[in-house]
Amino acid sequence: MTRESIKAAIIEIINEIVPDEDLSDLDHQKPLRDQIDLDSMDFLDIVMELRKKYRIEVPEEDYDELSTMNSTIDYLLPKMESL
Amino acid sequence: MALRGIKNIKLEYDCVVIGAGLGGLTCANRLAQSNHSVLLLEHHVQLGGLAAWFQRKHHIFDVALHGFPIGMMKTCRKYWTNEIAKKIVKLKGIRFDNPQFSFTTTYDRKSFTKLMTTEFGIDSSSVEQFFNYTRSMTFVDDTTMTTRELFENFFPGREDVWRLLMEPITYANGSTLEDPAVSYSIVFSNFMSNGVYTFKGGTDLIIKLMEEELIKNGVEIRTRATVEKITHNKDVITGVVVNGQHIAAKAVVSNANLKTTILDLLDDGLVSEEFRTKTEKVRINNSSCQVYIGIKEGEEIEYIGDLIFSSTADRFDALKMLDKNVTSRTFSIYYPWMRPGRERYAIVSSTNARFENWNELSEGQYKLAKNALAEDTLHCLEKYVPDIRSKVDHLEVATPCTFKRYTLHVNGSSFGTKFEGLPVSRDICSKAPGLFHTGSVAIIMSGWLGAANYGVIVANEVDRYLFGISEGQE
Repeated sequence: MTRESIKAAIIEIINEIVPDEDLSDLDHQKPLRDQIDLDSMDFLDIVMELRKKYRIEVPEEDYDELSTMNSTIDYLLPKMESL
Repeated sequence: MALRGIKNIKLEYDCVVIGAGLGGLTCANRLAQSNHSVLLLEHHVQLGGLAAWFQRKHHIFDVALHGFPIGMMKTCRKYWTNEIAKKIVKLKGIRFDNPQFSFTTTYDRKSFTKLMTTEFGIDSSSVEQFFNYTRSMTFVDDTTMTTRELFENFFPGREDVWRLLMEPITYANGSTLEDPAVSYSIVFSNFMSNGVYTFKGGTDLIIKLMEEELIKNGVEIRTRATVEKITHNKDVITGVVVNGQHIAAKAVVSNANLKTTILDLLDDGLVSEEFRTKTEKVRINNSSCQVYIGIKEGEEIEYIGDLIFSSTADRFDALKMLDKNVTSRTFSIYYPWMRPGRERYAIVSSTNARFENWNELSEGQYKLAKNALAEDTLHCLEKYVPDIRSKVDHLEVATPCTFKRYTLHVNGSSFGTKFEGLPVSRDICSKAPGLFHTGSVAIIMSGWLGAANYGVIVANEVDRYLFGISEGQE
């Protein structure tokens, strides 16, 4: 997968979790939680969906890596580029 | 429909869930949604655990449906169905009536800010700071500050304000001023965000919808199926023994009481002596008494509020609230809109109670004590519904012994364990790989919202564990 397709995959997952949030103009440098209403339960849902859909494990100690869209893509790229 | 007993059951699953309380149900559903094979076992004939109801003649009584925060709507939408989420409606009036104050509120930040500034004369900046502070607390924060210290800090000496802030929470989860401020703050802030909500249709409808969803997602559900043992090979969990039959499972989630899980269901020696001792030291929360009051067909009750916190005690005292000599109780009033199609009223009175006060009674004393409680409750209710006695056609009492019989909780606990239960519940998977616990612990994992969300949190951990096993096999 490319950066673009990883981004699309993340947007799709977040959209399923918080369907009422507008995800069309997210600032990719800023923390997601400052821009949309994502609570800690939503965050767990993202981790669980990544495991279910792409068989990717995000260990708890890496949760901070999923703060902004860019940092999320940076973190997931090595795990997802071969998919 | 869930089947009774274990006849024709498959003998191997990815995960067995012990207990169909809200945490067990939600955990099972999440695991099934992640394509695991799941067996859900419940000792009772009915699913839901303390999310219970029962029918007497033409009355249906809800045991635990008194109100939950708006967060339950999102939780139901995400982890159950839109249909269930859409049944959630807001209660209009939460009424306080005690010697210190008497009014009706929507029990949210806006209403409380107004009450605290006008009725109690607190300056608005202190109120705002209190709300912001409690809202910012999470369970990784400092847990040494007690709720008493929190109140003393913001509203020194104002026991009337403490009562306003604390009494409903004590009813909701059995906590006292000595419990950590963080557990108080999380529960209080959840309610304050938008008031108190309930399920239109009642507990029976919600549990029925949940059961349908579980079956649709492929969960095998068995009731009257009592787990006697959690089995292991060396250090690793291998399944359970239910009704005398061994069922193999890669993971086991216990939604049974925390202490029962570790001290009774596990073999001695599987976890360290130190961990067992830590478990033994976990304090159990108190239990409850309830009086169920059925109103005759055709009779009406004027609107007196949806939830009434009624007390004759001159000041707030969590210990006094546990006393068998009842001075404080809540009335949940169920109006006909609650169960569309059944034009009936029902009232359920709840008090916090101690198991030992009831368990030690002789059969005769027990019966007398139940009658006295029913009579006392009607007497108290006459203040709000003067002609209540002529409207009632069913009166029934539940005690801590009743709660123990139906839930198997240690001492009939209706709110799980005190705060120290949380690390034990969280650590069990590192002591006995493959075993997880979800259930009412530490106050914050208690109640409708806490229990359901804890089921989801644990489902994520089970899913990770099962994923690790399948990766290892490849």
